[in-house]
Amino acid sequence: MRGMGRYLGLFWIQLRSSLLLALQYRWDFLVDGAISAFYAATAVAPLLVIFHDRETISGWTAPEALLVSGWFILLDAVIDGAISPSLTSVVDHIRKGTLDFVLLKPADAQFLVSTARFQPWRVTNVAGALVVFGYSFQQLGSSPRLEGVIASLGLLAVSVSLLYSLWILTVSVAFYVVKMDNLIYLFTAIFDAARWPVDVFKGFVRFVFTFIIPLALMTTYPAQALLGKLELRTLLFSVLGGALFAACARLVWLRSIARYTSAGG
Amino acid sequence: MSLRATSRALPAMVKVAFAEAVAYRAEMFVWMLATTMPLVMLALWRAVAAEAPVGRFGPAEFTTYFLSMFIVRQLTGSWVAWELNHEVRSGALSQRLLRPVSPIASYAVENLAALPFRALVAVPIGAVALFVVGRSTLASDGRLWVVWAASMLGGWLITFLVNVGIGALSLYMESSLKFMDIYLTMFMVFSGYLVPVELFPPLVRGAVEWLPFRFQVGLPVELMTGAHPLPEGIRLLAIQWGWVLALSATVAALWRNGLRRYAAYGG
Repeated sequence: MRGMGRYLGLFWIQLRSSLLLALQYRWDFLVDGAISAFYAATAVAPLLVIFHDRETISGWTAPEALLVSGWFILLDAVIDGAISPSLTSVVDHIRKGTLDFVLLKPADAQFLVSTARFQPWRVTNVAGALVVFGYSFQQLGSSPRLEGVIASLGLLAVSVSLLYSLWILTVSVAFYVVKMDNLIYLFTAIFDAARWPVDVFKGFVRFVFTFIIPLALMTTYPAQALLGKLELRTLLFSVLGGALFAACARLVWLRSIARYTSAGG
Repeated sequence: MSLRATSRALPAMVKVAFAEAVAYRAEMFVWMLATTMPLVMLALWRAVAAEAPVGRFGPAEFTTYFLSMFIVRQLTGSWVAWELNHEVRSGALSQRLLRPVSPIASYAVENLAALPFRALVAVPIGAVALFVVGRSTLASDGRLWVVWAASMLGGWLITFLVNVGIGALSLYMESSLKFMDIYLTMFMVFSGYLVPVELFPPLVRGAVEWLPFRFQVGLPVELMTGAHPLPEGIRLLAIQWGWVLALSATVAALWRNGLRRYAAYGG
């Protein structure tokens, strides 16, 4: 348990240095706030077009689908604020060979690189997501039940760990193919499909988004949980699957980092 | 940096750029995967249209539209904004400035040399699309295809110029990538990349028809899928090339003024 306390301390130190950095650029708060408002609006725009002349799509009404978009905005904030800044810098470290300095430190390398950088101002996106949630429940004319909220928060934790694991897997690729500046764009391009309820997709695409790249778990299930439509079995399997995914990502990371050759270039 | 020097150096530049594209093929492959978004949208819109057509779009029309979008996006892509940001910050731009050819020309050549590589993926898919969906949903007028070719060049030029313009902003500030993020978000929504422009509500549509986004990829796709008769196509092409001219002038000014501020640190 002493190890655990030490890592918590380290985590706080890393987070604080990011916070101090963010406080130096206070104007970014306004800029990021404006971007988030705009971003939330654009995330919702395609929905308006689709629901322009119909009531439901694949069993989802407009406010219900809006809820899925809300989760999409929320998770996007998590990726942008907490996951991608750190892991983008790993790719840079690998290319330049400066990962040596991280590996030399007496703490777990994966922990150090994953907590290297946060962008606290992205909290503004979370506010955008909450507005979307509020609006869709107002349209639905109901409010979420307590157990639904708890289930969806549990799924949020699972989704964050899933996203993080996916990022670790993507970054591990960089150990094999060195020049990979644009990995982040691949990642966001795939994640973009999560803004739609997974029921919209059919056949193979749906299988991929449910089991291989589990986008369904990240946005569709939490929305269903809030609506009180999620089955307990799905919830349990999601948690189990999430844990399995995280374990795989850790294994792949350990194997890939063994291939790191330093030297730079 | 005369035009003659540039044209004399051109064959060598193309050769080098092509070799580079082949050397970093993994990176190219990631770019290709990252632009498969139209295929996801294809799955989505097909599901929507299966219940009832949206405007004039049934499942077949959506398939042609988004497959065409996939091809057009592959062939008109540009990523110079990221490169410029990186090279300004690391000082690598100095090496380009030493050469007797304008850096903008060398960026353009690098960009264009990567296209045959992309075509390797995009063209077979286009052929399959033609075969499966049938010619009926593609433009049949040969003259429209001439307009289409001009609109492809115009679309690439707009994308490229916006990239250089936003990239050149990094000469004025620390990093201009945030602007690129905003631009890309707007591009996604207003270019026809996610939603065909003609499906927008009339109010939004009026604005979209004059913004540059639609002319980057939307217009070529619309021309391919026969959304416009010839006169309308030519009118839109004229607006597109108006954007090309306006952007060229703006970007040239931004670049020239920015270079004076370039400090060439690092290296």
